[in-house]
Amino acid sequence: MATPDDLKFQEFEEATDLLSADPGATTLSVSSTSTAPTPGDVKLDLSENEEGQGENSELLGREKQTGGFWTFEYYQSFFNVDTMQVLDRIKGSVMPLPGRNFVKHHIRSNPDLYGPFWICATLVFSVAISGNLSTFLSQGDPQYHYRPQFHRVTIAAVAVFLYAWLVPLCVWGFLTWRQGTERQTGGYTFLETVCVYGYSLFVYIPTSVLWIIPFEWLRWLLILVAMVISGSLLVITFWPAVRDDTKLTAFATVTTIVLLHALLAIGCKMYFFQTAVHTVTPAPSLAPPSSNHTGMLTSAAKSQ
Amino acid sequence: MAELDEASKPLFAGLSDVSISADIPVEGEITVPVSSMSQSDEFSTLDEPVKDTILRDLKAVGKKFVHVLYPKKSSALLRDWDLWGPLLLCVTLALMLQGGSADSKDEGGPQFAEVFVILWFGSVVITLNSKLLGGTISFFQSLCVLGYCILPLTVGMVICRLVLLGGAGKVSFAIRLIVVVASFGWSTFASTAFLADSQPPNRKALVVYPIFLFYFVIGWMILTFAPSHSAGP
Repeated sequence: MATPDDLKFQEFEEATDLLSADPGATTLSVSSTSTAPTPGDVKLDLSENEEGQGENSELLGREKQTGGFWTFEYYQSFFNVDTMQVLDRIKGSVMPLPGRNFVKHHIRSNPDLYGPFWICATLVFSVAISGNLSTFLSQGDPQYHYRPQFHRVTIAAVAVFLYAWLVPLCVWGFLTWRQGTERQTGGYTFLETVCVYGYSLFVYIPTSVLWIIPFEWLRWLLILVAMVISGSLLVITFWPAVRDDTKLTAFATVTTIVLLHALLAIGCKMYFFQTAVHTVTPAPSLAPPSSNHTGMLTSAAKSQ
Repeated sequence: MAELDEASKPLFAGLSDVSISADIPVEGEITVPVSSMSQSDEFSTLDEPVKDTILRDLKAVGKKFVHVLYPKKSSALLRDWDLWGPLLLCVTLALMLQGGSADSKDEGGPQFAEVFVILWFGSVVITLNSKLLGGTISFFQSLCVLGYCILPLTVGMVICRLVLLGGAGKVSFAIRLIVVVASFGWSTFASTAFLADSQPPNRKALVVYPIFLFYFVIGWMILTFAPSHSAGP
């Protein structure tokens, strides 16, 4: 079924070339199956030739949606990346430049689910393990029993995966709703949004490992650096999409995105890397965070 | 090689299209030429004593253990896959890792269910990942390989427990660290030796990394295992 369409398309391409040279020329379509266009009026509709229903109607942006969502091939199309592509995307996420939109430049209509999923999984384990290590290393009490604190893995997993999937859903839904019926090319598909969020979380992995070093000022510095990097990646990606909206909505959207991202980072830090001094009591409940925990809360509130 | 069973069905389905003239009697036997190590037994295993059945399965499992301990690029693990070995290893590991030191339930090590779920769910996710990336290995073969390659880590766990019997100081921690790192490296090396061939060449690293993460997490659980003390210093 694709072959007659391809032939039809090639014919129109020649026709438009000739027509652009001489707009007044009459056009004749030779193929018998297609409806002959009225002379002097060539309608070139590029969006008809797409196989998928992507919102981007670019020529290069054909989505390979083979089969329904119940077939295996459908999901295989989301893993159509090579090692070099994944590494390239990770590099692009760590060094966001103001001119380069992550989606347009790196993803290029081939969003993958490999990156977001495995970056989230790695982040879960790196946060839990580093948190465990830092709690152990910060103990001054020689009689302290090492506690594996395995339940933190579950909590970390829930938090990270919820963030990486729910927030893109909300952002995508909001952006699509705001665009309404306008056929803007600034919109992103859901998968591209998930991709951006997933890759933006990558910079937290080395940050969480470096958090083991027990200097408080270093930890806050690392959080700032990480938030600047991944926050700017998100802002650069989403700013063109909301730019055309009212100023208030645009700023509110971008601020919310950055705020949620900051909340995740600070929440992880405060829960997993408590520098509270545990007294070795046989109390069964988790030892309540000491006063510097609330101090962190107020300073965090002030810095936002 | 592992696709012989899967390929044989459509291969011989094409023969049904061949038309033979009706007046030529066709008779004889159509046998599929199989290698001598095929599992398709002509004799029934229903009448043999139970001991034979169990011993045969145990021997198969044991042979695969040997293949894992000395990983060469052989296809024995892939061809005759079974899930008994992974189940045995998983249960052993989960039983040994259970509990850990805990003043309260929350602060302790992973419970049996958590270890079990991580091992099986992790294997399933890694298998799905390699299949989605275009691997040619079948689902259960991959589960089999990943499960069997936990053997070095289980051996490491046993050694760690023995070391812990002697005390829980810094020296024992250093020994345990070395043992866990060595067995983690062995497991990853063994599983990549078996699985690497079935992956598309420019995605090998994408498939190997989750395996690395999986065994790293198991190694971490083994390393941080501390036996529960009775009350007192």
